[in-house]
Amino acid sequence: MTIFIIQVLNSLFYAASLFLIAAGLSLIYGVMRIVNLAHGTFYALGAYVSAWAVGTAFGHAGGGGWHLMGQLLLLPIGAIAIAAVGAVIEPTLLRPLYRRPEEYLLLITFGLLMVLEDSMKLIFGGTPLSAGTIMDAMGSIPIGRLLYPTYNLVVMAVGLGAAIGLWWFIYRTRFGVILRATSQDRRMAAALGLNVSRVYIQAFAIGCFMAGLGGAVVVPAQAAVLGMGVDALILAFVVVVVGGLGSLEGAFIGALIVSFVRTAGIQFFPEIELAVLYLIAAAVLLVRPTGLFGRA
Amino acid sequence: MNPAAHTEVSVTRTSIAAVAILIGLAVLPYVIDIYQVQLLTYGLIFAIAALGFNLLLGSTGLLSFGHSAYFGVGAYTVAFMVRDLGTVSMELCIIGGVIGTTIIAALFGYVCVRYTRIFFGILTLALSQVIWSLAFKFFWVTGGTDGIRVPGRGMTLLAGLIDFKGSGAFQKFVFSYYYYVLVIFAVVAALMWVIVHSPFGMALKAIRDNEVRARFVGLSVRRYRWFAFIISGAFTGLAGALWVPLNGLTTPDILYWPFSGEIVFMTVLGGFRTFTGPIVGAIAFNYLKTYAVASSAYWQLVLGVVLVVLVLVLPNGIIGTAQQLFRKLRRH
Amino acid sequence: MALLETVNLKRYFGETRAVDNVSLTIDEGEFVSVVGPNGAGKTSLCNVVSGNLMAESGQIMFKGVDVTHATAPERVKAGIARSFQLVNLFDDLTAFDNVSLAIFSRDDKTRNLAKLAHLDEAVSAEADGILGQFGLAAKRNELARDLAQGERKLLDVALAYALRPKLLFLDEPTSGVSTRDKGQIMDTIAAVVRRDRLTAVIIEHDMDVVFKYSDRIVVMHQGAVLAQGTPDAIRTNEQVALILLGSSGPDAFSRKE
Repeated sequence: MTIFIIQVLNSLFYAASLFLIAAGLSLIYGVMRIVNLAHGTFYALGAYVSAWAVGTAFGHAGGGGWHLMGQLLLLPIGAIAIAAVGAVIEPTLLRPLYRRPEEYLLLITFGLLMVLEDSMKLIFGGTPLSAGTIMDAMGSIPIGRLLYPTYNLVVMAVGLGAAIGLWWFIYRTRFGVILRATSQDRRMAAALGLNVSRVYIQAFAIGCFMAGLGGAVVVPAQAAVLGMGVDALILAFVVVVVGGLGSLEGAFIGALIVSFVRTAGIQFFPEIELAVLYLIAAAVLLVRPTGLFGRA
Repeated sequence: MNPAAHTEVSVTRTSIAAVAILIGLAVLPYVIDIYQVQLLTYGLIFAIAALGFNLLLGSTGLLSFGHSAYFGVGAYTVAFMVRDLGTVSMELCIIGGVIGTTIIAALFGYVCVRYTRIFFGILTLALSQVIWSLAFKFFWVTGGTDGIRVPGRGMTLLAGLIDFKGSGAFQKFVFSYYYYVLVIFAVVAALMWVIVHSPFGMALKAIRDNEVRARFVGLSVRRYRWFAFIISGAFTGLAGALWVPLNGLTTPDILYWPFSGEIVFMTVLGGFRTFTGPIVGAIAFNYLKTYAVASSAYWQLVLGVVLVVLVLVLPNGIIGTAQQLFRKLRRH
Repeated sequence: MALLETVNLKRYFGETRAVDNVSLTIDEGEFVSVVGPNGAGKTSLCNVVSGNLMAESGQIMFKGVDVTHATAPERVKAGIARSFQLVNLFDDLTAFDNVSLAIFSRDDKTRNLAKLAHLDEAVSAEADGILGQFGLAAKRNELARDLAQGERKLLDVALAYALRPKLLFLDEPTSGVSTRDKGQIMDTIAAVVRRDRLTAVIIEHDMDVVFKYSDRIVVMHQGAVLAQGTPDAIRTNEQVALILLGSSGPDAFSRKE
């Protein structure tokens, strides 16, 4: 029973970080129709920036309560940094391509991926970076006979909070209305006097922020390593495809499905756990190309 | 922007140009050193893959982001044949590799051609990663990340006529293999040229331009896309089969999705709206990557910058841009 | 003998009755015009008959065979060809290749991938012949996208014609071109249709054109067939006049741009 609870918690932890990545990917696709291949790399970059910031400011030694508070407050810096990167990339690199066939947008994000992957190597070096001091300082809670890291619960809370926040933002604020209008018909939105260029920057930056946040919250639990973005992207894709490209609810449910299937997979069919996920994605695309929650 | 459709295809002129280039390529190994010969062989092999890929992108208008699967299946089929069946004949390996890829391409293609545009791309990507994850996880079959070794000098060419034993085997292999690949390249490039300019190829372009009208001249759009997919996969699989003995090793890296991205990169680098674009792009990309890797730890950065600049400044690629310049010069 | 027969054909879009219980017979060799105000369901009827839209209920018989559930390519093979109101061409192919492709497809030669298309002399000769018939010989090597609007309209019809159909369904072949070109396009089409004794159904707004060329006129209104008959019968039908005048202004019976 204890094992089972731990597995469920692990799935939820995993789902939280996957949701953060996938929601950003989905948002960017939904509003701008861009399949951002560099999105996983944004996630990795967020992890690196946060780990670096925490490590630089507080060293690698653990500390007391205030220390921990500072580290936690510093953690989101990765997300903010990535949002800034996104706000620069969209107008400079992506905007010139909107009138061209979509292949070019896909390709430029692939080019970005290559550039950013190596930039991380250049800036942060090849060794893994971690903010593990946070995890250690927060200790663990007992679950049955086993101990479970308290920090993981924080990640779940952040994931849930982000989901609620994003939902509120998109469905309950004025900006959300503008965002949805733009996503449904870009030209109509422009004709109605909305500043589509600004909406695009904002949407892209928010999407990047989500990816960066995903990296930032994960990095105390798992060290930032090279290649983590490339791996994460494909799983985020599976989430988004299962849930429906451009759908927030879809990203949420998709993240839960993927993480539970994956946890079960690692337990019961480790050889084909990834293959099963990709096959699920392919099957959903075939049966319901708009995903479980997508609109046509 | 228009592709070179104003002039009718001249078989004679194309043949003369092709033969001249092939003679040049045949003489080259006597001029350059063995390492360069090896590099050029890689380039020609990637050119075959890119030619196959571009039947989908250039002619049919479908952007596959999963062509690593077909390259990889070709490569792994050969590796299995060599390791498990003790096959040494390169011809048998090629036949096996192409058959293996054709089956997978027929299967995946049947599913993928139900969609176009971005959904097609994601579907091809997802399916290719199924293969990757299997190669990655079933390490007792595939060797996992260590891959499978297929030393080139263990193979024989031309039904056993040429083998590589004794001293200098590697040099001998590279030298002979270059010609082997060159001949195959010449044959399949000619084959692809005919396909592209055949009534079938014309039907593909029509479907690319206007799917609705294609149906109303009586074309079963999905079936044509499927055939194009299979041919495309088979070409790329052939390239994978040829690649293994030269590389000496196959690993899951060639099945992972960034390799699909590299195939797209090559094709766009050369220019996907022209026939020769993918060939030139593949060879150029191979040099670019090799030198970037050799000269910097940050080769991805170099390639990434090239790709970004390419997309922004030269979207028609090397050949497409050259053609535009040429036309402009002729007009003035 | 009836070439095409639709029985209670129906296709709605939500509340809109695009095609509402249309039972229509087209005899072999007839030149029939379909007229009606905008939104009368003329193009929808063409779409349902040609297979671009599927009927919700009813039946389409072509040469005595039920084609209600056939796909568009199957109907093309059976002998139904259509043109498009909004020109629908292969823009990156030359005019010659556009027509050639239709011929290759008709003859099932598009399966051939081992022979160069331009070396098929029979097809090339036929394509050039058709381009000549439609007055497009000089534009042979132009990309379809580079042609003038009137030429594109003609090429669109030429593509359908090249399929050597039994039934040619033309959706407003003269819309969007100048008055001067209109007559020329219609004369070209009429000459081709008469020469080959084709059965033609043509959707047209211009009543002068309709009265001049048609054997029979079908008037549609709100998805249904309101009246049909010879040009003379329709000319004197007050109900028809009311619908056409009432819905599309006082110029319904005169030239419209």
